[in-house]
Amino acid sequence: MTNRLFCSALIVILCFNPFSSATPTDDAIEEGILLLGNGSEPHSLDPHINSSMNGHHVIVSLIEGLIAPHPTDDSLPHPGMAYKWEHENNKVWTFHLRDAKWTNGDPVTAHDFVYSFKRILSPRLGSQYSEMLYSMKNAKEYNEGEITDFSQVGAKALDKLTLRVTLKEPVPYFYNIIKHNSWFPVHPETVEKYGVIDDPANNWIREEYVSNGPFKLKNWQMNQIIEVEKNPSYWNADQVKLNGIKFYPIVSENTEDQMFNSGALHYSYTIPTDMIPVYQERNDPTLKIEPFLGVYYYSLNTKVPPLNNPKVRHALSYAVNRNTIVRRITKGGQLPAGNFTPPGISGYEPESIASFNPKRARELITEAGFPNGEGFPKLTLLFNTLESHKAIAEAIQQMWKSILGIDVEIRNQEWKVFVNTRHEGNFEIARNGWIGDYMYPDTFLRILQSDSGQNDAQYSNPEYDRLIAESFSESDTQRRLDLLAEAEAIMLNDMPIIPIYHYVRTYRIDPRVMGWNPTPLDVRNFTNVYFE
Amino acid sequence: MLRFILIRLGQAIPILLAIYTITFFMVRAAPGGPFSQERKVAPHILEQQMEYYGFKDPLPVQFFRTLWQHITFEFPPLTSYPGLTSKDIIVDTFPVSLELGLLAMIVALAIGLPIGILAAAKKNSILDYAPMSLAMVGICLPTFVIGPLLALVFGVWLGWLNISGWFSFSDRILPASTLGLFYAAYIARLTRGGMLETLNMDYIRSARAKGAPEFKVVIVHALRGGIMPVVSFFGPALAGLISGSFVVETIFQVPGLGRHFIQAALSRDHSLILSTVLFYAALIIVANMIVDIVQILLNPKLRYQ
Repeated sequence: MTNRLFCSALIVILCFNPFSSATPTDDAIEEGILLLGNGSEPHSLDPHINSSMNGHHVIVSLIEGLIAPHPTDDSLPHPGMAYKWEHENNKVWTFHLRDAKWTNGDPVTAHDFVYSFKRILSPRLGSQYSEMLYSMKNAKEYNEGEITDFSQVGAKALDKLTLRVTLKEPVPYFYNIIKHNSWFPVHPETVEKYGVIDDPANNWIREEYVSNGPFKLKNWQMNQIIEVEKNPSYWNADQVKLNGIKFYPIVSENTEDQMFNSGALHYSYTIPTDMIPVYQERNDPTLKIEPFLGVYYYSLNTKVPPLNNPKVRHALSYAVNRNTIVRRITKGGQLPAGNFTPPGISGYEPESIASFNPKRARELITEAGFPNGEGFPKLTLLFNTLESHKAIAEAIQQMWKSILGIDVEIRNQEWKVFVNTRHEGNFEIARNGWIGDYMYPDTFLRILQSDSGQNDAQYSNPEYDRLIAESFSESDTQRRLDLLAEAEAIMLNDMPIIPIYHYVRTYRIDPRVMGWNPTPLDVRNFTNVYFE
Repeated sequence: MLRFILIRLGQAIPILLAIYTITFFMVRAAPGGPFSQERKVAPHILEQQMEYYGFKDPLPVQFFRTLWQHITFEFPPLTSYPGLTSKDIIVDTFPVSLELGLLAMIVALAIGLPIGILAAAKKNSILDYAPMSLAMVGICLPTFVIGPLLALVFGVWLGWLNISGWFSFSDRILPASTLGLFYAAYIARLTRGGMLETLNMDYIRSARAKGAPEFKVVIVHALRGGIMPVVSFFGPALAGLISGSFVVETIFQVPGLGRHFIQAALSRDHSLILSTVLFYAALIIVANMIVDIVQILLNPKLRYQ
């Protein structure tokens, strides 16, 4: 009896375990399918509504803009729907579209692009990324409802395959901005079939995802999987080596790591912080640490005393030991930040002003009237609830205590509460972070301009604003970058923010995946990915 | 019996209404809104969104409109998933949570009941202490510890099962076991307690005196009374199980309702919060009613009350 039970149990177990050593990744390689961890479920796959990176990764596999992501260098253009383009003084850009098709067989035309720009700029759609198009003439005015005639906006289809975009001011790196999904085309007839142009709840993405990119949507189950398969009607389908991609929205870092370990993923979106040193120790070939265009910093409310005194702000910055933070706390190879804009933008060499200098910090706090921190009011350091932010806040609290002799209180808030508090300026010191949208320093520097919505520090320096504005009318490439670097130095000498570290991307990847190049924007051209 | 059911359903209406009212105002009182995010939304865009989703109307208008939407099942678009409504979400995810919950319940009963009965029948022996200590461990170990442990052993080391996902039947084993083990421990303790009480009753002594075999005494005579605490526990537990577990669904990447429950609150999706809360409340009411009916069937004394 016992024997029989044992045997049946064994048979049941064997059913689940074919005793083959092939893992899902092995099988997927046979089929040419890439298995990717993708963080969390995207809220939308509509290029004009999506606001998350997770959504962006899927959308770039489905839809192609005028310019495609460059396979190896994020700062270079790569032909997409436009096979060539020219510009007059960086202000009037003309794009020549190739003969490409939507997945339903319709041709991709310049009119589709004009329709798409109109859609994202429609006030009622309420797109959170409509600002990305503001470099286009009258785009802001149309989006804010000041003008209602779209023909006044600088987007015009000269003929079926020629698109002219007129900008407000010269933007020499315009081809980098339009790689963003907010500039992507949608198929007008499909959008209209499921609602009006500016209906935020238009559900064409789930009803019938018509796209023009290297892959097409095959299967989308919320919180489970997004499957895309090779699009045979893509103009460059011959060059697409993968037969499909499966995106798994795995929220739990530990689950994702275990899935990678068990051979269920070719790529893990992230790694639990505790595991990074373990894989480093082991020299694990799957571990990758690559630069990422983002900065972790603290905003200082420049309107609140004593933080309205630049000496106090500098003293706080000099007392932060950034090396300790990246080595002991974040542990993922992050780079201590001496300035605001992350490294990696070629030709841009900002001065490194923020550094660790306890002696100078003490001098400055004394000069500001608080020798040894005496009489310094108790400030609050605010961060959103997360263990890693707390660890950094505690370390900095301790550094300020031991070096400057000042006490700060640390306080956390739930995310939605936190972002409101920060935007409203109801804080003294607040954690902050920013990820670049495109490869150019102004994607960072703009947020500290006097009129920027992201200027939580409420920083204002007319000279800073002027230099940034001036850089746009400068035609010489290097001179333009130098002006921006000059602006950044002015800002850092005022120190409205304390840069702490520059982000890196840490992930694991199956060594058999080829053509997966480091990209600081973390935007990938999946056309070039293949298996060994 | 029909009258009893009708009365209970009648009582459910004011309860649901009260839950709706409390939830509605709590959601409105919570700081932060559906459109608060890292990248500050431009004022004119915020304006448009508030208008579109009806947040600009006076509060009483919003209150009754949302109430009417829940009565007629005509839900507005969600702020967190444009293009979908709460109905889409619940219709999509509830079957998953239901399946997971029922499987977990089967695991819990299959493990909990025999252990509890055995422990009561062999009171103060090794067969009592060993399983009951294990049950204590089961209660103390949260699912977020058991889950990854099971995944490590059966997924990574042995390679028998997938670590996460909800594709094949074998994908149900780990999440159902994780969720079930936790409840099994409770059921074992409740069964033991109930059985011990019943085994001391006079009618059990009579049964033994008549010479009924011990097995029959325990299973036929005692179990029917001893299981009552489990039945009472079963109702709310079942409602909790089938409405989804945030932790287990997150660990094993199960596309169930439990995650939306939490996610809706985090993203301040007013419509989804209200719908999921009301849905859960209705489930509890129905489950409790079923429990009462089962109790009446099991205990003839209650039929006259």
